[in-house]
Amino acid sequence: MTTATATATVTVAPPARGRFGEFVRRHPTVAIGGALLLAIVIASIAAPWLATVDPITIDPSHRLRSPSADNWFGTDRFGRDLYSRVIYGGRVSLVVGLSVAALATLIGLTIGLVSGYLRAVDAVVMRVMDGMMAIPAIMLAIALIALSKASIFIVIVAVTLPEVPRVVRLVRSIVLTIREQPYIEAATAIGTSVPRIMLRHLLPNALPPLIVQATYICASAVLIEAALSFLGAGTPPEIPSWGNIMAEARPYFQLKPWMVLLPGLFLAVTVLAINLVGDGLRDMLDPRLARRM
Amino acid sequence: MSVAATAASVGAHQSAPILAVSDLRTHFYTRDGVVKAVDGLSLSLDRGETLGVVGESGCGKSVTALSVMRLVPPTSGRIVAGSIRFDDRELLTLEPSAMRAIRGNRISMIFQEPMTSLNPVMSVGQQIAESVALHQHLPRRAALDRAIEMLALVKIPESRRRAAEYPHQLSGGMRQRVMIAIAMACTPTILIADEPTTALDVTIQAQILDLMLEMKERTGAAVMLITHDLGVIAETAQHVVVMYAGRKVEEAPVKALFARPRHPYTRGLMTSIPRLNRAPDESARPRRLTEIPGMVPSLIDMAGGCTFAPRCAYASEQCRVAYPPEVEAAPGHFVACWNADALPEMVRA
Repeated sequence: MTTATATATVTVAPPARGRFGEFVRRHPTVAIGGALLLAIVIASIAAPWLATVDPITIDPSHRLRSPSADNWFGTDRFGRDLYSRVIYGGRVSLVVGLSVAALATLIGLTIGLVSGYLRAVDAVVMRVMDGMMAIPAIMLAIALIALSKASIFIVIVAVTLPEVPRVVRLVRSIVLTIREQPYIEAATAIGTSVPRIMLRHLLPNALPPLIVQATYICASAVLIEAALSFLGAGTPPEIPSWGNIMAEARPYFQLKPWMVLLPGLFLAVTVLAINLVGDGLRDMLDPRLARRM
Repeated sequence: MSVAATAASVGAHQSAPILAVSDLRTHFYTRDGVVKAVDGLSLSLDRGETLGVVGESGCGKSVTALSVMRLVPPTSGRIVAGSIRFDDRELLTLEPSAMRAIRGNRISMIFQEPMTSLNPVMSVGQQIAESVALHQHLPRRAALDRAIEMLALVKIPESRRRAAEYPHQLSGGMRQRVMIAIAMACTPTILIADEPTTALDVTIQAQILDLMLEMKERTGAAVMLITHDLGVIAETAQHVVVMYAGRKVEEAPVKALFARPRHPYTRGLMTSIPRLNRAPDESARPRRLTEIPGMVPSLIDMAGGCTFAPRCAYASEQCRVAYPPEVEAAPGHFVACWNADALPEMVRA
């Protein structure tokens, strides 16, 4: 490293700690939430290698076992290994959470940018959004699943639709503030076209709050999926998900409470982790706070 | 560099004005009525000259600039009549895409507020490169190199490092230099500067003006300098247009205007400037600083007659009945005032 850059880094971070230590000290919520979330993501992806057995293999001779060396979390009423089901169940939650966050953000961002910048589109689009907001996710999911077969895809669609208007409102409100800024006029004055202004000037300004919003959507989607599965309107019963594991364990709660509590704990920790990341990112991504470091 | 070539070609056709605004009317439709922000303005800008446009706040200077750029806010404002000819092309009927090709490329603008005219989330280098990449179709790398070159031209030290910085890391004067760099990056034919120094410290103002003039000399651009500061005009412009309530009340070469202002409003503007450099042989008693009484009228419901009449010390009955026509009081010196010839000789400090 050259001396110039060395002195530059010294002014930013105390020399004793590394960049990583500095980051943890500065943004503890992101660090803790991120670590938890990372652990859950890795566990879900690496599920087949984490001492699990096939989560849908039925073994009638080993039903409702208590935790043991063979079955760490015990077994359910069909003799399926509960530990394996909980670890695999994380996949459903994360897939639903991340897809809903990504889809809702992308769709909402596009509509919000256009709607905020073009007044003619705005009036119509916002009324449609108001209408969509009135639909509760759980009702919509139950209706959709009643019309078709239960599948994770349907759950994703049903949870995404009511989230879109929230993103649209957020993006639109940001665009409405920024479009009046002199630098947008200045950009127009150097001949920048409308789509380019949206992408180069409005989008980067809207991104930080949007990322934060996306994490909250992700957390709420994980919860709604669990609720739907618990009600039997979500993930099909053969695919393990935290919601339907808890639903199936309900009758045995007084005898074997861990059957409900363990998947519940995983769910709670996941949602907490996502929310911690979201809160931390909100502080971290504020350009006025972050860039003055 | 292409600058020399541009300067040479400028010399070739000195005759026709590069910008001719005639009978421009830009009105704003508000809840309270129609605001005639610019009402029948004509002016012309010759190649390579500096034209000063002076007037109080709210007299239509900025709207004139926005009209030339075709940037009048479309929600409330509209150019209802007139013509703006740039280099023998009518700007008012141009396709939006053709207009975009002119903005920032042939006609650039510098805004009043350097603190907010830069995007806080883009590095200044990128913002300069944006204009270059847009109009000269350079690849990103080359556009960024050009941006760094421009930063050096506007005398920002360590331009390569500064190019990577964000607006909040620069001072007000530096930001205005960046704005000038953006405006001049494509060597425009016309530079419109809307109160470029108003938001800056007095010491920085002079530097920015010098820099603008230097860039103008370098590129041969014509400058339309909008300001309320007659001192700035005296130092920089060759030609002056004085605006009041959306109209031109006086137009003259800068020397003629300062030697003998013929409109009471222009006189009012001049006498309301404090003067420090008085000659020692003059009377020891300092002249009392005078102001123009009253305010710029609401541009909504203007009665017939001269718009300045209610504030004018010399107003006669005729002034309240009909708006005075523009007459050539001396060669190249136009004034719109019924009593221009009857005004007493102004006491110059």
